[in-house]
Amino acid sequence: MNESMSLTIILPLLGALLAAAWPRRGVFIGITAVLLSGLAVGWLWFSLLADGPSHQALGGWDPGLGIRLQVDALSILMLSMTALVALAVSVYASHYFTRRSQAERFWPLWLLMIAALNGLFLAGDLFNLYVTLELLSLSAVALTALGGKRAGIAAALRYLMIGLLGSMGYLAGVALLYSAFGTLDMQQVAAQTGDDPVSQAALIVMTAGLLLKSALFPLHFWLPPAHSNAPAPVSAGLSALVVKAGFYLVLRLWTEVFPDTLSTQGVTLVAVLGGGAILWGSWQALQAERLKLLAAYSTVAQLGYLFVALALFMSAPPGVARELLFGALVLMALTHAFAKSSLFLAIGVIQHRAGHDRIAELDGTAQRLPATTFAIALAGVALIGLPPSGAFLGKWRLLYSAISLDQWLLVVVIGIGSLLAAAYVFRVLGHAFGRSALSVQAIHSVHEEWPALLLALTATLLLGFGSAWIWPFLEHMA
Amino acid sequence: MTLSNSLPALIVASSLLPGLIIFFLREGSHRLRSVLNMFGAILKLVLVAALTWGVFQDDFFETRWQLAPGLELVLHADALSVLFVNLSTLLWLVTTVYAIGYLEHSPHRSRFFGFFSLCVSATVGLALAGNMFTFVLFYELLTLSTYPLVAHKGTPEAVRGARIYLAYTLSGGLVLMLGAIWLQALVGPLEFVEGGLLSQLPDELHGQLTWIFLLLIIGLGVKAALVPLHGWLPQAMVAPAPVSALLHAVAVVKAGAFGIVRVVYDVYGIEFASDLGLLMPLGIAAAVTIVYGSIRALSQDNLKKRLAYSTVSQVSYIALGTAIFGPLGTIGGVAHLVHQGVMKITLFFAAGNYAETLGVHQVSEMNGIGRRMPLTTLAFTVGALGMIGIPPVAGFVSKWYLGSGALEAGVAHWVLPVLIASSALNAAYFLPILQRAWFRPAASSWPQENIPARRFETHASLFLPPLVTAALALLFGLFAGAYWSPVEWAGLIAEREYLR
Repeated sequence: MNESMSLTIILPLLGALLAAAWPRRGVFIGITAVLLSGLAVGWLWFSLLADGPSHQALGGWDPGLGIRLQVDALSILMLSMTALVALAVSVYASHYFTRRSQAERFWPLWLLMIAALNGLFLAGDLFNLYVTLELLSLSAVALTALGGKRAGIAAALRYLMIGLLGSMGYLAGVALLYSAFGTLDMQQVAAQTGDDPVSQAALIVMTAGLLLKSALFPLHFWLPPAHSNAPAPVSAGLSALVVKAGFYLVLRLWTEVFPDTLSTQGVTLVAVLGGGAILWGSWQALQAERLKLLAAYSTVAQLGYLFVALALFMSAPPGVARELLFGALVLMALTHAFAKSSLFLAIGVIQHRAGHDRIAELDGTAQRLPATTFAIALAGVALIGLPPSGAFLGKWRLLYSAISLDQWLLVVVIGIGSLLAAAYVFRVLGHAFGRSALSVQAIHSVHEEWPALLLALTATLLLGFGSAWIWPFLEHMA
Repeated sequence: MTLSNSLPALIVASSLLPGLIIFFLREGSHRLRSVLNMFGAILKLVLVAALTWGVFQDDFFETRWQLAPGLELVLHADALSVLFVNLSTLLWLVTTVYAIGYLEHSPHRSRFFGFFSLCVSATVGLALAGNMFTFVLFYELLTLSTYPLVAHKGTPEAVRGARIYLAYTLSGGLVLMLGAIWLQALVGPLEFVEGGLLSQLPDELHGQLTWIFLLLIIGLGVKAALVPLHGWLPQAMVAPAPVSALLHAVAVVKAGAFGIVRVVYDVYGIEFASDLGLLMPLGIAAAVTIVYGSIRALSQDNLKKRLAYSTVSQVSYIALGTAIFGPLGTIGGVAHLVHQGVMKITLFFAAGNYAETLGVHQVSEMNGIGRRMPLTTLAFTVGALGMIGIPPVAGFVSKWYLGSGALEAGVAHWVLPVLIASSALNAAYFLPILQRAWFRPAASSWPQENIPARRFETHASLFLPPLVTAALALLFGLFAGAYWSPVEWAGLIAEREYLR
């Protein structure tokens, strides 16, 4: 158990160092490290199923100040999501970069990002979380700037500022908690928080910092330029995984560290912002002229769904319905990760073949790339929340809770958001049928097209028809 | 795995799997694709025959698969679902033959037949759905799988028509889903039961149940083309003829009508729906749609558009029959589900033949077409007479039962005028076509003669399907008393709905 937990962090970290030392072997080192850390996650599955949730003090320091790792159902699901998405994206990335200098810089940063993510999902103390959060931000910013274009670098700089601001808010909260309670261990802090001013202040600054990092409307302004100007594999990682980290932390803090501190007003505020994100993000996605911008705004909207679900979860009375909503929330987060990474990779394929990603001029390309178009369709189905995707089940439960709690405004917002999502997805898919002057000789390129297709199939068929186990798993391995 | 828990799933899979394989076939592998299509269609027919026999014997068939706690995929066979499954399986087979001939040289055939199979799988899944969740799931899948078929030609009009179709049906699907979720929040995951279940609920929930009924009917009414939710149907006419035939006779429009029947009989229960006062508004909506569709059909010169408005009108007979309280009305409505299907598919096949063979799209171009294409026009005539309600074609039988049902339920004062007006209007827009086709001299040349007359008027795979379906329309009318007729089966359904 101990080894597998730290291995999921050490292996990609080691890979990052090696890739930096031998840039020429970047692809080989990168794929190997991603595969091995994926295997470590698999090993962790075995020990979790055998021994149940557990924790470990790294380096033998006492809890309180030492580094603590812990694993439960939620974290292993997030780790698995990261491992699978990272693997597909890595396979795609191995042929993506045309300039060697870009590829050489990509792999160390990419592996560092995976190490940070894995560390974040396993961290059991607040300071360790801060470190992984900072590491994640820095690697993500550097990856964003990789494209080398002016817009990309400007977006990366803005991303850096936002990241630092968010981390600062989080760190301020950690400092407050440490000065008040004298410990950084999450469980020990959780035992002492209440509705006292210190806990409240800490909750507010930490949440605000994390909301900024996870781009909740109206703090999303930095996301579209950053995600749409990065190279395709980077965009996939950012939109699918990195923003989830912020959401994951809010979820952990709210449910485990501050269960008694959180006020109804706070929850309501997040629900309102989430609703705003759904409407605004979907609307902007519908207006977007470029595919990548569309996908980026779609992420803004999808985060809105997650935060709305979280708010409903926090305000639901204890009981079966609440537990079911929690599973739905996790399922929606997973589905979005696979669907969105698939979408960005598919857009990357189109951009590569057509030389652009302008939606209005897609006709010929969409018909020459049937597999990629199909991937976009499946990913789109998952983003709208239609069957047979996991998001359909998630949305069903989400609406169920909203109706049970008499939150009719949210029901309307979710409904409008779904229709807007359908509008922006089919605005793209309509081009698959247009008649174009180009010959419709289909192109098939395995390593380029299959990662996106497999990710999309995971989001739809696998999570749509094979996810019933998630609910009992979350309940028993909490 | 026994037959009783796998047969429903096998029936869905028998078109789903061939469809998925077809997607991966190269454009040129015409023969393999046709073999797969026909194999799936015939296999499904055999499986459905076994299912029908079993349900007739009161055997139990059910497949369950849990997707999430409280959200279960249930495929269950009862008398009503068997009726719809038979209709879609039979007409799918005929339409597949027709489509293979119709699309012989057009591009993107793998894509077309792939989605074509998915569309039928979704329809059959919807027919077999055992609870609201499963119904909604297949209802949405049906929307998704028909969109590419409507857009298939790829012209700007086709893409636009498909977009309008999608806007209507996805909105409808959302409203239906909301209704279903609200119902589930109120009473838990609800399975369809003959006679319904909701009547046991306390009085204070009746207000909410009325709202839910409204949501469900609006959601279903979009696909069933209830006025004013019918706007997509004339636009979707841009689809290739086999798709229009399938959309109007089996898949989309019927899915909506079938859903209305399901909700009234097996969710609310006909007596409870009547007690809540829900039947009257539904009946009025149906009556308005019947008359409005017919009036609009009068002024259409485009043959397919005229048929589309005729569908708007005719499908609402099913909703009307549902709204008439009493076994006879039920029989009329449910039997019309099948009758309208075989008659309307005949008409669309014939319209497709005129367009494909001679380039005739407008009614005004049809002068003398009966002499050039006698077999097709014969089939068209049978279908048209059936729509008007002239014996012995099946349409007459539906109307007879609807009328008797109205008398029995004491609503004859408004139902009979609607039926008479509809027949008169149907006559007014169909008889002139027949008169042109048979009795007027032909113009010197046809708009665009693609298939010259040799031994037959057109390809065999084009003129045989409408003859088969026209024969069915006649047989269902002539032998309405036979034990295998749709009317008798509808009687079985009515018996189980009222005597529970």
